[in-house]
Amino acid sequence: MKRLMLAVLFVLLSGVSAQAAEEAGGINPVEHVVDGQEWELPGFTVHLPTLHLGGFALPITKHVVMEWIACLLIIAVVLVARSGKGLVPSGLYNALESIVVFVRDELAVKNIGEHHGPAYVPYLLTVFCFILAANFLGMIPFMATATSNINVTFTLASMTLLLMVGTGIKAHGVVGYWTSLVPHGVPLWLWPVMFVVELLGLIAKPFALMLRLFANMLAGHMVILSLLGLIFTFTAVFGPVGGYGVLPVSLGFSLFVSLLEVLVALIQAYIFTFLTSLFIGMAVHSH
Amino acid sequence: MGSFAHLAAGLGAGMAVIGAGLGIGKLAAAAMDGSARQPQIMGDLRLTMIIAAALIEGVTLFAEVVCILLALKTA
Repeated sequence: MKRLMLAVLFVLLSGVSAQAAEEAGGINPVEHVVDGQEWELPGFTVHLPTLHLGGFALPITKHVVMEWIACLLIIAVVLVARSGKGLVPSGLYNALESIVVFVRDELAVKNIGEHHGPAYVPYLLTVFCFILAANFLGMIPFMATATSNINVTFTLASMTLLLMVGTGIKAHGVVGYWTSLVPHGVPLWLWPVMFVVELLGLIAKPFALMLRLFANMLAGHMVILSLLGLIFTFTAVFGPVGGYGVLPVSLGFSLFVSLLEVLVALIQAYIFTFLTSLFIGMAVHSH
Repeated sequence: MGSFAHLAAGLGAGMAVIGAGLGIGKLAAAAMDGSARQPQIMGDLRLTMIIAAALIEGVTLFAEVVCILLALKTA
């Protein structure tokens, strides 16, 4: 449904590029989803600084601040929930425990096995909660979605890649892991080609993880912003009457897509964690 | 005779949606059939359906990212 609307929007605005839309009086949907060092809050603008550490210039951008807020949010929720701890957990602690048990039983133990599974629960829980918090933070007005930045999802996917390779090396030994990439029974003259192909396959899995999360988060926000930008474009082309006319349609669709976004945020966090646990399981059990 | 980037973006986005719609439609139909036959495994089927739908959607969104890159070409 979301992709259908994205396609319709591309057709509608096909003659009017983002630049021309802005010239025609609309908003440029791209500049509201990309990263920057100016954070516009109601009433004032926060100018984020650039750190200079050891010769590197590290600009603190909106998405960096969002990642920090996501981490602080998770820590705050866990600290608040601590009061429900006991032999019979109650309140928020109970809810958090159900999430932990879900990640341990359905994801870690089912995909990695009973023996090695629980060792990876902390990483899987961290990834799940961080992506969930970052996705949900993007739904709040005046906040941005950190995971709609490809650099953020690249980092998460590269951590998964490191874990895949590291787990495989730990389970099979350094030489054993790389030789076990190529399946048994491949003739020796075919081995170099197969090795390169399997290596590409190894890299393709976290690459898909990165792109999937990035594209889902980016697409949702661009659709919402483009729908709201239609109001401005219609006002610029047809005058205030056009703007007021398209207002209920635009708002209705935006509300629907926002609700869909909430669902997609939850599903994408789960899918990332599920595929991470699957890949780790494949690296452990590759025989 | 400018560049056809915007035309390509629109056509590409539309065709990607066709693939996604067909794939996820078949998936949902199979899940429905399975649930109707064996209502007791409806929960498992629902979970598998959501995972497979997210994977299909992931592939579609690769095409959409290419279309976004095309549509935002200013040169």
